[in-house]
Amino acid sequence: MSVMVTKGAPETGSAPISSHVRGYLDRVRGGDVGALPAILGLVVLCTIFTILRPAFLSEGNFANLFTQGAAVTVIAMGLVFVLLLGEIDLSAGFASGVCAAVLAVLLTNHGWPWYWAVVASLVTGAGIGLVLGVLVAKLGIPSFVVTLAAFLAFQGIVLMLMNEGSNISIRDDTILAVANKNVSPALGWLMLAVGLAGYAAVQLWQARGRVSRGLTADPISLIAIRVAAVAVIAGVAVYVLNQERSRNAIVVSLKGVPIVVPLIVVLLIGWTFVLRRTAYGRHIYAVGGNREASRRAGINVDRIRISAFMICSTMAAVGGVIAASRANSVDPNTGGSNVLLYAVGAAVIGGTSLFGGKGRVLDAVLGGAVVAVIDNGMGLMGYSAGVKYVVTGLVLLLAAGVDALSRKRAAATGLR
Amino acid sequence: MPATPVLELRRLNKSFGPVQVLHDVSFSAEAGEVTALVGDNGAGKSTLVKCIGGIHPIDSGDYLFEGAPVHVNSPRDAAGLGVEIVYQDLALADNLDIVQNMFLGRERKRGLVLDEATMEEMAAKTLTGLSVRTVHSVRQQVSSLSGGQRQTVAIAKAVLWNSKVVVLDEPTAALGVAQTQQVLELVRRLADKGLAVVLISHNLNDVFAVSDRIAALYLGRMAAQVRTSDVTHAQVVELITSGRSGELGLANGDGLNGVKA
Ligand SMILES: Nc1ncnc2c1ncn2[C@@H]1O[C@H](COP(=O)(O)OP(=O)(O)OP(=O)(O)O)[C@@H](O)[C@H]1O
Ligand SMILES: [Mg+2]
Repeated sequence: MSVMVTKGAPETGSAPISSHVRGYLDRVRGGDVGALPAILGLVVLCTIFTILRPAFLSEGNFANLFTQGAAVTVIAMGLVFVLLLGEIDLSAGFASGVCAAVLAVLLTNHGWPWYWAVVASLVTGAGIGLVLGVLVAKLGIPSFVVTLAAFLAFQGIVLMLMNEGSNISIRDDTILAVANKNVSPALGWLMLAVGLAGYAAVQLWQARGRVSRGLTADPISLIAIRVAAVAVIAGVAVYVLNQERSRNAIVVSLKGVPIVVPLIVVLLIGWTFVLRRTAYGRHIYAVGGNREASRRAGINVDRIRISAFMICSTMAAVGGVIAASRANSVDPNTGGSNVLLYAVGAAVIGGTSLFGGKGRVLDAVLGGAVVAVIDNGMGLMGYSAGVKYVVTGLVLLLAAGVDALSRKRAAATGLR
Repeated sequence: MPATPVLELRRLNKSFGPVQVLHDVSFSAEAGEVTALVGDNGAGKSTLVKCIGGIHPIDSGDYLFEGAPVHVNSPRDAAGLGVEIVYQDLALADNLDIVQNMFLGRERKRGLVLDEATMEEMAAKTLTGLSVRTVHSVRQQVSSLSGGQRQTVAIAKAVLWNSKVVVLDEPTAALGVAQTQQVLELVRRLADKGLAVVLISHNLNDVFAVSDRIAALYLGRMAAQVRTSDVTHAQVVELITSGRSGELGLANGDGLNGVKA
């Protein structure tokens, strides 16, 4: 296979599949477990819930998982940026509440068209992030304190926007569609095909570029395995979601991929591109890994930190729009109670480190899936909200424990 | 003696709040030479280096580059002139790999997208050019490297940019015998390539082994800047510990520079 050829100077040897597998195992043993716990957790949880409650695997419930987990997942995606810097945003939950409230007030009370209301909501999010980021980066207040204060303040702002307790219902069809409507089955397949073709093309194009310059590249077989794995998982998901899940299909038909799914996929691809392929993303990792080194490398550290908070709060706004759509309304508790902890939990469960410098946007999606499965499965089993909170809290603790242990392990093996 | 030094500092002062760390320090570095900067702990060597690198703004004094006065207010300004610093507290990000560290802050791009292949090629070429063969892959995370390998990466990062001046702050302090030797050879090779190299070290054997000139700082003042061949080991020790040695050095330590190049 020509792709395995390498001439890169200090590099030696080609990169056959076996060496990739070995490299991966070495990394896991060295404490870099990545997304492994989240994936194993998903498999175990799904198996248990399916055995205990076969309804868990029904088409209807499968679709529910996506719409239930969407808001938290999107908020978690934004949190990844802040966590990568070794910071925390405890106000992301209520920031999403504030942005949802802005959306609802403008849509329902002032009759704005949906797009302007969404823009206003996103701008509110960015503004919130700007304030938080400036307080952290320029004044030097620890992010924990800044965002804890904001947590309380935003809770109050939502209450005030909601006129002290009433709720505002959303009637705009477009906004309601986000979390309640599906794309047509045919469109679902089409998006899958385009997505897969794009994924394969990018991987092949990169490998070819590297090979042509004599650098080590992933072998075609590895790329094929990766693309095939994604194709199978996504293909099964689309197939299941395209089944009829309405109890009474003659009256209303209910099938297709929920609109939030392509929305999350687009956000995932977009932010992954930013983190992995742009200088800005590289600088986020660098600042999280060694702030002083980044400063000496000429990186504007303050700008990076402020922008990460802005991305986080803007993503919280997107999460708020999804939450408002799903609930058909906004109330003083939108973005409250468990939303923030679920979102932090999602990122950490997925493998993003609380110590900074390590994490991916994909982590938020995998971790978000774990959180959604726990929430949904335990609900099906008839457990109270109290038990769900306790279990999710324990899972978060477990994930943070894995994170801390893997760091220790990495330190012991000299990998960090 | 070449006409103009590549890097020249004249009567540079630097205080941290009420504490004045550098007093009227003058210093120069010539192309093709290794200039050793020596001085006791706390003499102000690292502070001087950070002023050169644009990490600390200077209070007063002139910064001349190739004879022309310049203003260096940020690491970017220094890098723009071709002045690269390898800091005592290594400025590498552990969570990034060798290539990513070498190009940190100056990534090669094609449009918006990072040009990983070009960066990897250049990094590999630079390491090979420095005859570094100990690193296994340029895609190795820096956290997995030994002290000497990290030092090598830090130096390679400094020479990647066709720099004209490379300043190394105690590059061998944490290294074993063999690795120290490797780094010193590397330092000599850089100077032989025509760069102006500034080497900070507490080890006078190393200083005498590789340097062409020696600058001695004493309590924030430049005691003397002399040719290595003109002084003895003992004289340099005296300059470091008391600021003077015979007619060399500070007159009564009152800040009058006995600079003699
Ligand atoms: N950021 C700072 N703020 C205040 N004082 C500082 C700062 N950096 C250095 N100093 C002081 O400046 C003096 C010189 O420090 P510097 O680090 O330059 O010494 P050095 O010659 O590099 O010593 P060593 O050989 O131990 O590395 C010391 O007294 C130190 O306490
Ligand atoms: Mg020092």
